[in-house]
Amino acid sequence: MVMWKKEEFDNYQTTDVLETANRLGLEKEKLIEMYRTMMKIRFFEEMADKQYALGKVHGTMHLSAGQEAVAVGSGFAIKKSDYLLNHHRGHGHFIASGADVNKMMAEFLGKDTGYCRGRGGSMHIADVTANNLGANGIVGGGLQLAVGVGIAIQMRKTDQLVLTIFGDGAANEGIFHESLNMAGIWDLPILYLCENNQYGMSANVNRVSAKTPFKARAEAYGIPGYYIDGNDVLAVYEFMKNASEHIRAGKGPVFVEAQTYRYFGHSKSDRNLYRTKEEIEYWKTVEDPIERFEGLLLQAGLLKVEEIKAMQDEINKEIEAAVTFAENSPEPDVKDLTEWVYA
Amino acid sequence: MPEKTYREAIHDAMVEEMRRDETVFLMGEDIGSYGGAFGVSAGMLAEFGPERVRETPISELGIVGAAAGAAMVGMKPIAEMMFMDFILLALEPLMNQAAKARYMFGGKATVPMVVRMAGGSGTGAAAQHSQSLESILMAIPGIKVVAPSTPYDAKGLLISAIRDPNPVCFVEHKVLYKVKGEVPEGEYSIPLGVAEIKHPGTQLTVVSSGIMVSKSLAVATKLEAEGISVEVLDLRTLRPMDNEAIIKSVKKTGRLLVVHEAPQTGGWAGEVLAVVAGSEAFDYLDAPMRRLAGKDVPIPYNRFLEAAAVPQEADIEAEIRAILSNKY
Repeated sequence: MVMWKKEEFDNYQTTDVLETANRLGLEKEKLIEMYRTMMKIRFFEEMADKQYALGKVHGTMHLSAGQEAVAVGSGFAIKKSDYLLNHHRGHGHFIASGADVNKMMAEFLGKDTGYCRGRGGSMHIADVTANNLGANGIVGGGLQLAVGVGIAIQMRKTDQLVLTIFGDGAANEGIFHESLNMAGIWDLPILYLCENNQYGMSANVNRVSAKTPFKARAEAYGIPGYYIDGNDVLAVYEFMKNASEHIRAGKGPVFVEAQTYRYFGHSKSDRNLYRTKEEIEYWKTVEDPIERFEGLLLQAGLLKVEEIKAMQDEINKEIEAAVTFAENSPEPDVKDLTEWVYA
Repeated sequence: MPEKTYREAIHDAMVEEMRRDETVFLMGEDIGSYGGAFGVSAGMLAEFGPERVRETPISELGIVGAAAGAAMVGMKPIAEMMFMDFILLALEPLMNQAAKARYMFGGKATVPMVVRMAGGSGTGAAAQHSQSLESILMAIPGIKVVAPSTPYDAKGLLISAIRDPNPVCFVEHKVLYKVKGEVPEGEYSIPLGVAEIKHPGTQLTVVSSGIMVSKSLAVATKLEAEGISVEVLDLRTLRPMDNEAIIKSVKKTGRLLVVHEAPQTGGWAGEVLAVVAGSEAFDYLDAPMRRLAGKDVPIPYNRFLEAAAVPQEADIEAEIRAILSNKY
């Protein structure tokens, strides 16, 4: 059974949400918004899974349930003006960055009203005009694009950064090393977020990686690296916030590895043959990021049980409306098949 | 008109565009004080500084990937592959990212980048530094492929490639770098996707590009003295291919020979033959259409073996005579 390497974490586990929020300058409203967004991601993905089961999703999808704290902690720590390069399991990050769930659901259903007008699907959701440069179907594909975006930011001398998110699997791609080396020599404004959910498809991270945690690899390229509890949303927020300030101060890239766990299989063809039910159950019941945060908020009196139910009803309505929007949207016109191959 | 080398023409195109547009910058290995492996970027570091003439580690995947990322956010990078062979290390960002971003994001992204690469054989550089990989690059929708044959075309096409909003592979033949030709002072551009008749003729059309244009021209001139009239059509841009110009020329001459240095199997000559076979030009053919391509062999080191691996003037001449006399 895969467990934390808790003794190696660089963060302190959040135990007193008021104290932590005070230290981080987070208002109550922000905390509730973070909690609500985590729940929205979970509900959205459960609904997406349901749509798949109903046969309405043409292709596959990679669900991130269990990893919501990474998405929300990082999404809330950066600015709208920052660039985002995401991996294939990126629904949560997009929702955390303010994406429209109607357009996301429509894209899953391949509709013309989707983010990519039905050309991309779950694996390629992007909103370039909003600085969201896309999910990526190639493991590590965004890592090198980030170098180019970093160069552009540096040449334009703006206050932006580029957040590139990738999994533990991507850390073993050659592109990882070329990217970190270039970022290191040029002090590029890149925030590397390694979302370590412990499995690259079926491959356990410790079986396929010569040394973990990966922060040692960042340090090898002169980049400060941190290994943190990715199921502690405030810890993720804190490290990402500090990293972004370091980068905006012109001090170069930062690497954050957030340890987490995915509940669903890798993709829709996954039968979970490489891990036990007990392992999945442990993470779902003991380490669930939403329940952990919810417990802290309730304990601090920032949230009441009856408020949770109301919030859930509201989110459910929003997600159901997204399905209705997607279902009522037109398919792309086949006569436009070859549009946009070239600009 | 002043004469310049192919190398100088490419250099001038980059310098002029970088002076005109501050979003244009160059990335590659040894492009700074060394001036590039073939001297194309000589002096550019001094004028533009290390940020816009960005010397990179030996990381081809990194160079092309960074170019794609920068292009997606509005820059116009030029990435240099020291040898075309090295693009094979960078096909992921070129073919999976740059070529597809616009389409898979529903038309919302543009990726205005150029990858310059020195291709072709003839320098004894052997199998990993002499390839002509343009047929592979052409096979991916979303990429444009340009292969100039003269200094004049090199400058005008590179200026268009830099201004083009798509990923463009710009194939420079390394044997042509020292070739001189007329290049006017000042700005001009040649549209991508437009072929040019480099030598008009009436009896047979040779379709070619890059260094095979000069070889075909030498043959056409020689045969002209014998009263044999060969038209040499230089595609200049391989993708998008100027099908109209090919069809028009074949309708005029009734015979077709396609000449390229890239290996025959899967080579772009097949594409040209298919275009003609499926067009109204087919009815005008007086002889079977033929292709003369690189042999299906890694480029060998020995000078005689190397020369035998790709079409030479004598091969082109023999092939033209064979088609004209119906002996093949």
